[in-house]
Amino acid sequence: MPSAIEIQAVSKRYGSLQALDEVSFCVEPGEFFALLGPNGAGKTTLISAMAGLSRPDGGRIRIMGHDVVRDFRAARMSLGVVPQELVFDPFLSVRETLRFQSGYFGLTRNDDWIDELLLKLGLADKAHANLRALSGGMKRRVMVAQALVHRPPVMVLDEPTAGVDVELRQSLWAFVKELNAAGHTIVLTTHYLEEAETLCNRIAMLKRGKLVALESKDKLLQHGKEREVALKLAGALPASLLPCMVREEEGRVVLKLAEISQLEGVLATLREAGIRVRELSVVEVDLESVFVDMMHGGQV
Amino acid sequence: MPGFLTLFRKELVRFWKVAFQTVAAPVLTALMYQLIFSHVLSRHVEAYPGVSYTAFLIPGLAMMSMAQNAFANSSSSLIQSKITGNIVFLLLSPLTALEFFSAYMLASIVRGLAVGAGVLVVTAWFGLPLPSHPLWVLLFAILGCGVLGTLGVIAGIWAEKFDQLAAFQNFLIMPLTFLSGVFYSINGLPTFWYAVSHVNPVFYMIDGFRYGFFGQADVNPYLSLAVVGGSFILLSGLALGLIKSGYKLRS
Repeated sequence: MPSAIEIQAVSKRYGSLQALDEVSFCVEPGEFFALLGPNGAGKTTLISAMAGLSRPDGGRIRIMGHDVVRDFRAARMSLGVVPQELVFDPFLSVRETLRFQSGYFGLTRNDDWIDELLLKLGLADKAHANLRALSGGMKRRVMVAQALVHRPPVMVLDEPTAGVDVELRQSLWAFVKELNAAGHTIVLTTHYLEEAETLCNRIAMLKRGKLVALESKDKLLQHGKEREVALKLAGALPASLLPCMVREEEGRVVLKLAEISQLEGVLATLREAGIRVRELSVVEVDLESVFVDMMHGGQV
Repeated sequence: MPGFLTLFRKELVRFWKVAFQTVAAPVLTALMYQLIFSHVLSRHVEAYPGVSYTAFLIPGLAMMSMAQNAFANSSSSLIQSKITGNIVFLLLSPLTALEFFSAYMLASIVRGLAVGAGVLVVTAWFGLPLPSHPLWVLLFAILGCGVLGTLGVIAGIWAEKFDQLAAFQNFLIMPLTFLSGVFYSINGLPTFWYAVSHVNPVFYMIDGFRYGFFGQADVNPYLSLAVVGGSFILLSGLALGLIKSGYKLRS
């Protein structure tokens, strides 16, 4: 079975800016994959190249085994993209928008699926409303429906929750998780790293057009070496440990350790000083700290 | 094919939803021209022997309105889609360059023909005879709208802002349509303007269209057909090339 997305040495330059620099990776069918990176890292350029909206200077991309340039019809039939910008046709109603989008993909009798999409995305009562009359969140839902109207096996969501309220965000993720459970491959870019951490199995990180990390989420989190340790002590912190202290909160001192193995030394120092430890907790590393680490020079 | 038909239908729906602006308004404008020019000039000008100026004016006005509206249809639809950004959903679809182009161009022809039919209906009582060569009338109407619809596709792809499109419309399309013998026979023009008219493809559209009504024209109708048909093929090739290359559509 071919990879859902296969990206081979893709490069793209805009003038003096190297937007993508020999990026290669694969996304396997059924994965929930996150593509992360700061603004200008090349995420949207890469998605545009997958969707045929931009043409790479080098390399090749296949969607479900179909080359996005030579076999663009089959590749686009296999891909649904929710663009980052909020866009809509002011002449059309929600249902007309979905019917026309369906027709562009050659599906002329698709009302059952359109009805299901409207229902799942909370748009059923807006089916005949003009797009102009909808709120931003509702328009975003219509864009998700447009991307899904041809039932693509691979779906790419480019910052789908930017500027979206909590309720929509939750219902959108519930729906996307349902699609993933039904076998759809999902690729997500987001600035909310906790979303990627909660939802995705595998993560790629881009930085200035280069791939700097490509790991399963669990492995990536293990790479975050620094740990914070919160201690509730029966006395004052010995002077030798003061350089490690980052803050005090609710009667606890929080120490930052370069590696978890340093904890043994900290406990030995406390024992020698005769200070009893009443409570100890290790603050878990999160994706945000790994991300910051990566973007400031780290490499996995 | 269903993809092409869907886009074609969408383009029809788009202009038909605002038919008051896209069809009724240009018909009214043409009627105003007809009323004013025929009142002022009917006693002074006889363009062809045995054809009143009032009757002579009607096919020219109809073709001018068709041309302008065919251009407006494809160009305004494309620029609006580009500026609002919703063209992205079209570009994400598996439509080929030929399907994309044909849908916009054919919808422009339909709007042009709707406007042309409207102009002929409201001006017919000024004394337009039944066409002596109806097939020529239809052929030049379709080809003329096709040329301008195609030019609209090119302008819509090229323009990045509404004012660029307005410049295209005001500085190219308007002079081409006004200086094409709509209001006069070019045989009465000074030598220089007579020569200029001969390099204007819109002149051949109007002249060929008039031939269909009156059986007489300023130039041989086969020459007009060759010029209009040749322009259509050339411009279609250019528009298809632009769409295929992704010029200003795909980065």
